[in-house]
Amino acid sequence: MYVDIVHYLIVSAILFTIGIFGIFLNRKNIIIVLMSVELILLSVNLNFVAFSSILHDLVGQIFSLFVLTVSAAEAAIGLAILVVFFRNRGSIAIEDINMIKG
Amino acid sequence: MQTDLATQLTLVFPELLVAFGAVVLLLTGTFSRTNSYAAIAWLAVTILVIATVLLIVFPQSGVVFGNALIIDSFSRFMKILTLISAFIVLVMSVGFSRSEKFDKFEFPVLILLATLGMMLMISVGNMLSLYLALELQSLALYVLAAIDRTNLRSAEAGVKYFVLGAFSSGVLLYGISLLYGYTGHIDFAGISKAFSIQELQLGMIFGIIFIFVGLAFKISAVPFHMWTPDVYEGAPTPVTAFFASASKVASIALIVRVIMSVFNSEISAKIAILQTPAVWQQIIIFLALSSMLLGAFAGIGQYNIKRLMAYSSITHMGYILVGLAEGTSIGVQSVIIYVIIYVAMTLGCFAFILAMNNREGYVENIYDLSGLAKSNPFMATIMTLHLFSLASIPPLAGFFGKWYTFSAAVGGNFVPLAVVGMLASVISAFYYLRMIKIMWFDELRGNFLTTPIELQLILALSGIFVLFYIFFGIWITSWAEIAARSLI
Repeated sequence: MYVDIVHYLIVSAILFTIGIFGIFLNRKNIIIVLMSVELILLSVNLNFVAFSSILHDLVGQIFSLFVLTVSAAEAAIGLAILVVFFRNRGSIAIEDINMIKG
Repeated sequence: MQTDLATQLTLVFPELLVAFGAVVLLLTGTFSRTNSYAAIAWLAVTILVIATVLLIVFPQSGVVFGNALIIDSFSRFMKILTLISAFIVLVMSVGFSRSEKFDKFEFPVLILLATLGMMLMISVGNMLSLYLALELQSLALYVLAAIDRTNLRSAEAGVKYFVLGAFSSGVLLYGISLLYGYTGHIDFAGISKAFSIQELQLGMIFGIIFIFVGLAFKISAVPFHMWTPDVYEGAPTPVTAFFASASKVASIALIVRVIMSVFNSEISAKIAILQTPAVWQQIIIFLALSSMLLGAFAGIGQYNIKRLMAYSSITHMGYILVGLAEGTSIGVQSVIIYVIIYVAMTLGCFAFILAMNNREGYVENIYDLSGLAKSNPFMATIMTLHLFSLASIPPLAGFFGKWYTFSAAVGGNFVPLAVVGMLASVISAFYYLRMIKIMWFDELRGNFLTTPIELQLILALSGIFVLFYIFFGIWITSWAEIAARSLI
């Protein structure tokens, strides 16, 4: 079967949707949220690379390299904040993030 | 037109100064054996002042690094505003950091890095630099929200801000990737050209919507405002002041630039044929209406002053978007004027919140202000001025901000927006007036400690700005006009 741009777009749209649902539907712990954020960024990368090859334009691939770099920094900072939260609260369950509300 | 590297580097010299300053201060703080907070804070203040002076004294314009950064009078103006608010936030935090054991040298360094991100955000010229600048600012702000790391509330604010911020930048990025695929460009000029010649395809509409979702998160417009009250309440007060002032200026500048130089080219073709608003206008109108109304209603039930300021800032973002809905030079001018007034009022209010401490520590409930007029008439009078201005009572500054944005909306045939805006402004006057009533007519409940001299100075300055805006508003209007012209 011939794989054209539409297939790539569908796969990346599915990944993106899974990422969003992973953030909003999961009730367990924040690590899963971090994984979902990574999933969203990876779906974006897939989009960029697919478009880049169909447009014969290198910019998309350069963009995806930048996205990879930034997502690494973002994961590092996210985990650091999570460690700080865990030290104070003793838990990283989503339902325990409930000190501030109103 | 390509300029040589030396010229390009002089164009971005203020940014380079802030970047090198942040790195040098970070190394100094890491390797010094004693607590170097005070020295590093004052050096950071010096760097911000030098960058501001450079921007004021040497106005420049040009394009840097391909199309990555655009330096024009709009970016110059907004950068000066951002730098001044970052400077004031650093000065305000001096007393707080001493009494709350908050004197970590990372704080001024992170403020510098976030300010660098904001300066880049203000002058972005393509989608790649937009994403990188936005992330530089956001990553610094996530850490700032959680910087009081022995405090559970601060850590929780950091987690919430990080999760929702990372989500929003993911959505923004997905929109950028769709626009890249359908137009073949990432620079603003190329995408804008594609908008003006092509019929709008479904993928492009999705791209526009996703990009606006990401940007609306950053300015906390409804329905993407959920993080704002929690983060404002949980983060340490100087950090909250930074979120409410400098970060909002940069995000508004970014959204203005994206609309004016990318999406606005859709308008001419569309309006002539179909007589309907462009896609971005429909989104902005929706965001403006919902932000104004929700901010006004939800603020009524708030008794924590920082949460109240969060809802107040949501409403103000709505008023700013009203001015933007038209997409003309007059609209942009009104937005710039509103942003200046908003920043002055917000910094004044946060200086007041930082002065709210008694023997037990800092207090945040509005009933702690009971009878303030008897114990501290200076502070009560200044805060009353600010609150009247936030409620847009003429002849204070807040009135003129709304005057300009609403008249821009009426001029662009968006009369319903202006009407809803006025209703929302009447509703939100309730919670400003309630605070005034508590300060002037309730029983005295206890004294605050003496206000530090720097907070008194900031309060006096913003009070003068708010009260006498009517006399020097004419200059601000003409500066804003020059800045707005450079975008067209």
